[in-house]
Amino acid sequence: MHPAPSIIFFTVFSGLGFGLLTFLGFGKPDVSGFTAFVFFAVAYALAVSGLIASSFHLGNPQRALKAFTQWRSSWLSREACLSVAALVIMGLYAIGVVFFNTRIAPLGLLGAALSLATVFATAMIYGQLKTVPRWNHWTTPLLFLGYALTGGAFLAGQTSIALPLLLLLGVGQLAAWMIGDGQFAKAGSTIETATGLGNIGKVRMFEAPHSSKNYLMTEMVHQVGRKHRHTLRIFGILCLSLTPFILLSAFQFSHMLALAAVLLHIIGAVTIRWLFFAEAEHTVGLYYDKR
Amino acid sequence: MTQLPTHTEKKLGLVIDLDTCVGCHACVVSCKGWNTENYGAPLSDQQPYGAEPVGTFLNRVHSYEVQPETGFAQTIHFPKSCLHCEDAPCVTVCPTGASYKRVEDGIVLVNESDCIGCGLCAWACPYGAREMDLAEGVMKKCTLCVDRIYNENLPEEDREPACVRTCPSNARHFGDLADKDSKVSKLVAERGGFDLMPEQGTKPVNKYLPPRPKDEEIDILAPFLEPIAAEPTGFLGWLDRTLEKI
Repeated sequence: MHPAPSIIFFTVFSGLGFGLLTFLGFGKPDVSGFTAFVFFAVAYALAVSGLIASSFHLGNPQRALKAFTQWRSSWLSREACLSVAALVIMGLYAIGVVFFNTRIAPLGLLGAALSLATVFATAMIYGQLKTVPRWNHWTTPLLFLGYALTGGAFLAGQTSIALPLLLLLGVGQLAAWMIGDGQFAKAGSTIETATGLGNIGKVRMFEAPHSSKNYLMTEMVHQVGRKHRHTLRIFGILCLSLTPFILLSAFQFSHMLALAAVLLHIIGAVTIRWLFFAEAEHTVGLYYDKR
Repeated sequence: MTQLPTHTEKKLGLVIDLDTCVGCHACVVSCKGWNTENYGAPLSDQQPYGAEPVGTFLNRVHSYEVQPETGFAQTIHFPKSCLHCEDAPCVTVCPTGASYKRVEDGIVLVNESDCIGCGLCAWACPYGAREMDLAEGVMKKCTLCVDRIYNENLPEEDREPACVRTCPSNARHFGDLADKDSKVSKLVAERGGFDLMPEQGTKPVNKYLPPRPKDEEIDILAPFLEPIAAEPTGFLGWLDRTLEKI
C-alpha cells in the first residue's frame, strides 16, 4: 500500500495525542493550573494536527462533515465521531483541571475511554480490510493501542509505566511482523483464484491492461522500499523500544535525556508506521501479477 | 446509507465469456466514452499525450497466459469491471453514505456529491474495480450504465451497458442473475460460470464463463503433410552428404 505521509503523520501523532489524553483522564500526572494547561495543549495539538493531516489526502475535504453520518457501518465514520466526542469530553474535563483546580474523575475516565476507543477505531479502518491480509488481524488494533499508550505514558511523564510498555510494545511489534509475513499466503488469494483460471494451469500476466501506472497501482501495488524492510525493521525497533528503554532505565533521569528518548521513540514509530503501509500487500496486485 | 440491503429485488449484472473475448479493448473505449459524456463527473485523463499518461477507467482488459501441465500455453483476455457484489465491502466502509447498493436492482453506485474522496472503498475492494478520478477527487466505478438500461429515450436495443452493446465477439452479457430463467442465468448454469476470488466472501453478482477446452487435434490435414522421405535423396542428398564431410 502507498505510504502517504499524511496518513503516517495522522496515525502516529493522533495516536500519541489520544494516548496522552488517556493518561490525563486518569489523573496521571495529577497536575492543575498552568502545568495542566501545557499538558492538555500538547495533547490537543497532537490529536488535532493528526486529524487535520488526515484531511490532506481527501479529494473533497470541504464535505468532510458528512463523514460523521455512517457510524452504524463504517469504522472511518466511527473514528470521526469518537474523536470529536473524546476531544469535547476531555475539553470539559480540562476546563475543570486547568481553571478551577477540580478534577471531575468520572468525566476524565469517560474521556480516557473515548480516547482509547478513537485509537481502536483508527486501527480498525485498517484491521477490517480483508483485501490486505497483513492488516486483517487482531494484532493491528492491539498494536495501535500499544503505540498510543506507550507514547502517551512517555509524554505524560509516567516513566514507571512507560518502561514496561516500551518492552512489551517492542515484543508485540516483532510478533506482529512474524505473524504478518505469513498472512497473505494464509488468506489463500492467488493469481489463480483472482482470475478463476487455476484449473487450466499456472497463470501469469501476459499483457497489462494499460501502458503506464494507474490509480490502483500507485495506491495499492506500492513496492518501493520493500527491499530495505529488514534494515528498517531493526532501525525501527532500536529507536522505538530498546534505545529509549536503555536511556530511561540505565541512566540518571534528566529532562534532556527523556526528551531524547521521546524523540527516538517517535522516529521509531514513524519508521514502523511507514513499513506498516509499505509492506502491506493488497489482493488487487494479483491481477497485475505483483504483490 | 452504507448499510447493505438484506435483499435486492433484482441482481443486475454481467456475464463475461473468457472463451470468446478477443481482447480488442472496445468495451474499455465505449465505457470511457459513455461515462465521460453522461452520468456523473467525466472520466479524466492526466497528461494523455505526456510521458506517463494516466486516466480513470471503469473497465480494463488484462491478458493472461495460462500454462497447463501438458500442451501449449493459452492466452486468455480478461475484462474486469465492478462485480456489483451482494456483500460489497466497498459500501460498508464508506464514511459519508456516498456508496450504496440499490434495493431495486442491486447496482452499487456512488453519490458523487457526497463523496469526500478518502479512497477507503477502493482499498476495501479486492478486485480493483474503483478508481479515484484525480481531476474531480471523487470515486468512480461501473454504474452498469444505469443511465442507459432504463433510458426510454434510447432505442430498445441500446438499453444495455455500453460495454455489452459494443462487444464485437459477444463476450459480454447483461441481465438479471436473480431470475433463474433469464438468459444470463442459463448461460452461467450451462457453462459453469464462476466467481472471482470467492475466498474474499464478497458474493459477486457478475460471473465469468471459463474458456472451453482446446481441441486435441489442431488440424485435420496435418497427417497428410507428414514428410515423405526422412533422409534427403538425389541432388539434396548429395549436397547434404558433401557438406557433412567438409
